[in-house]
Amino acid sequence: MEYFGKRWHDMGGDPAGDINPDQHDFALWEKRVDALMVLSSAKGLMNTDSLRRVLEDMGPDAYETMSYYERWIASVTQNMVEAGAFSPEELAAKMEAVKQRGGTYGAAT
Amino acid sequence: MPHDHLSPSGHPYRADNDAPLTYWQTMEIAVRELLIEKGHITAEDVHAQIDAMDARSPAMGAAVVARAWTDADFKRQLLDDGSAACRDMGFDIGPMHLIALENTADIHNVVVCTLCSCYPRNLLGLPPDWYKSREYRSRTVREPRKVLAEFGLTLPDTVTVRVHDSTADMRYLVVPARPAGTEGLDADALAALVTRDSMIGVGIAKQPGA
Repeated sequence: MEYFGKRWHDMGGDPAGDINPDQHDFALWEKRVDALMVLSSAKGLMNTDSLRRVLEDMGPDAYETMSYYERWIASVTQNMVEAGAFSPEELAAKMEAVKQRGGTYGAAT
Repeated sequence: MPHDHLSPSGHPYRADNDAPLTYWQTMEIAVRELLIEKGHITAEDVHAQIDAMDARSPAMGAAVVARAWTDADFKRQLLDDGSAACRDMGFDIGPMHLIALENTADIHNVVVCTLCSCYPRNLLGLPPDWYKSREYRSRTVREPRKVLAEFGLTLPDTVTVRVHDSTADMRYLVVPARPAGTEGLDADALAALVTRDSMIGVGIAKQPGA
């Protein structure tokens, strides 16, 4: 079903299946993503609107293939680069260094 | 060691520290460390923020509801200016604008965020997974009675269902109807009847002893 002028994230009224009531407790890395959003917002580096702007620009595929906090860290990171908090080169170097520490989140963090 | 057991809340742990490091986890570590190295935040800030997040739960919202049930002046204040009323109770609800919605014998309110996952997180904690799902976001505004029925809440046609769509700056708290037969209960006992789902509007308050 297509609606002219309606972006993918504007889901209200779309046909959809049954609601899955399962829940999970948030992992440490997910809580940290949430904390980074709140803290960087408090520092004026981003805000709810800029978080959502990047999330919404990711498109519908990201919603289906990435988890909630995967999308959030992608948006936070994009916002931090735009705010000048660090450069893409610094991010790439740091991610490579993190990977070298070990193969699990516990070992790399 | 795999996390094949349940957490104290009865939910499964999500694969975390022991699963292979993912791209996005790597990014979280890198971003956090860069922000600390550059002096934007401290490691202590992150710890404190997570502690504050973990300390928030639906019990905070339940205390607000129970007070509204037992204090008519407070209820008027809550319905008039939800943000101010919650702050007066000592709850740090942040910059969000909170609107309290009263359920009555004739009106049932239910809250959704069709665009995103906006939720009164400072008063209820983080939203449940289903609140953020495509299914809940899409269907609640189209067929709310059917959605409520899937949560086990079947309302008679004589009850008007009002669906409230949250925004980034405005969050809703449903004040469920006070259950019958609770006249003798104090605010603490009443708060124990107020569930998270009843404050989202997909449920109602529990009966005493239920």
